[in-house]
Amino acid sequence: MVAPVWLQFVDLLVAICFILGLKGLSGPKTARNGNLIGAFGAVVAVVVLFIAHPGMNNLPLIIGAIVIGLLIGVPAARGVKMTAMPQMVALFNGVGGGAAALISIIEFFEMGVGEPGAEINYGALAATVFTVVIGSIAFTGSILTFLKLQELITTRPIVLPAGPFVTGLVAVATLVAAVWLLVAPSTLVLIVLLVLSLLAGIMLVLPVGGADVPIVISLLNAFTGLSVAASGYVLGNVLLIIAGTLVGAAGTLLTREMAHAMGRSVSKTMFGAFTATAAAAAGTGEERPVKTSTAQDVAIMLEYASKVLIVPGYGLAVAQAQQTIRELADLLSEKGIDVAYAIHPVAGRMPGHMNVLLAEANVPYEQLRELDDVNPEFASTDVVIVVGANDVVNPAAKSDPNAPIFGMPILDVSAAKQVVFLKRSMRPGFAGIENELLYQDGTTLLFGDAKASLTDVVSAVKEL
Amino acid sequence: MDAGVALLTIFILSIFIGFEVVSKVSTVLHTPLMSGANAIHGIVLVGAIIVTGQSTHMPTTILGLVAIVMATINLVGGFVVTDRMLEMFKPKKTPKEEPAEAGSQGGAA
Repeated sequence: MVAPVWLQFVDLLVAICFILGLKGLSGPKTARNGNLIGAFGAVVAVVVLFIAHPGMNNLPLIIGAIVIGLLIGVPAARGVKMTAMPQMVALFNGVGGGAAALISIIEFFEMGVGEPGAEINYGALAATVFTVVIGSIAFTGSILTFLKLQELITTRPIVLPAGPFVTGLVAVATLVAAVWLLVAPSTLVLIVLLVLSLLAGIMLVLPVGGADVPIVISLLNAFTGLSVAASGYVLGNVLLIIAGTLVGAAGTLLTREMAHAMGRSVSKTMFGAFTATAAAAAGTGEERPVKTSTAQDVAIMLEYASKVLIVPGYGLAVAQAQQTIRELADLLSEKGIDVAYAIHPVAGRMPGHMNVLLAEANVPYEQLRELDDVNPEFASTDVVIVVGANDVVNPAAKSDPNAPIFGMPILDVSAAKQVVFLKRSMRPGFAGIENELLYQDGTTLLFGDAKASLTDVVSAVKEL
Repeated sequence: MDAGVALLTIFILSIFIGFEVVSKVSTVLHTPLMSGANAIHGIVLVGAIIVTGQSTHMPTTILGLVAIVMATINLVGGFVVTDRMLEMFKPKKTPKEEPAEAGSQGGAA
């Protein structure tokens, strides 16, 4: 179906909505409106498509499929806990990539390139091949990312025996199949290419470990964008080209920014596990003495402090202790103690994730300090409370070149006079490395569920 | 202008716009921005509807319908989850109105 001219104008307006939407999303004040503008554009594009093509085939089925999508997507997006949100984004991204790949497969059959004597549009065929490969990689890669973040499979890097070799082999085979499909298009080769691409997505994400997974989500997001753009080229649809390319470009830049915030390069993130010494020291379980304390001890310590910094981590969110930590902070503020939150850029599971989680608990925005601002303040801080964080305060990022997090900027917690760790156990953090800080002189540990421990500390402070 | 070149021109210019619009963004907004961009590529739904609307064969129709379901999940779910994230940044909200945190994942796979 050739789009009527008026529809092309509407698509232009929708494209502008997407650009303004992305622009809006990059500023704190305009973000929410930006998202709504994007959503508005999307709704217009779909509704107008139906108006422009009243005689399309399979109309009832198409509407039924959209309703099914709504019935799955809306409750999933509404019901997901904010802590589980990164993996939900990964899933949404995966199905988008899968959809782009399917569209290209359909177009491949519609083009009839497999049949003898058919005239082949090589530009469209190349775009089809590209979409199948990239869309499939985004699909399986995202689903694997979901499984890792959901901790359904290990969060550590998985390096198969001869991993680099197998990955290289899959990559080369995919490339060969892609070229083959271009030269001699056939359904069989298409299926081979599809399977290889799905496999490539798995091989790409398997060796990526723990804290780096968010970077991969962002990268796969950019991949999906590009595959959507390519499927737009196949269909001759300008809107898909613009929207997909926007996301591809913005996503690529965002991936670099995220990697930068974690002090890594994107290539090191993707292939680091092949070269690293597989985090050999990971929680070797050696018994070393640590200082432990009770809620009462912590309360007294806080009572004498004049400046307290709170370092929240993913453990805080898992225990749903955001409200309790705010209660403690409010209580200390009332006593005239200077309280603030030190937020690492990747606290939680994604850059900016912790800000979302604390905002959910109505923590005032002014109390949130970013890494660069807060690091000089630790030296003048009496007590640092680390709640469910580990990797973001681990000095190994500075001192141990073999640590998987080496090079990541950390919060200089050790400069403070006293550090209280609220931990569930001695289990190492997401990246799976031992934290020297736990054994330092000024450090005490308060074991237990973050919420229960904090509740105890709050009542102990009240009793003083 | 040749149609292919026109599409290429649009593609290249879109790359520059994509870089430009997110060039200055604080880490605080990385997650919502990624999620919002994720929603935008859900517009692949338009492509899925077009191919399914043209399809006359059963197998391609089925593939098309699957693509529509997947793209709808991407598009709608993406915008809704981004909005929920950004809602958290709103100044002042009564702490009472917690959204029902029902069993969540799984359904979308």
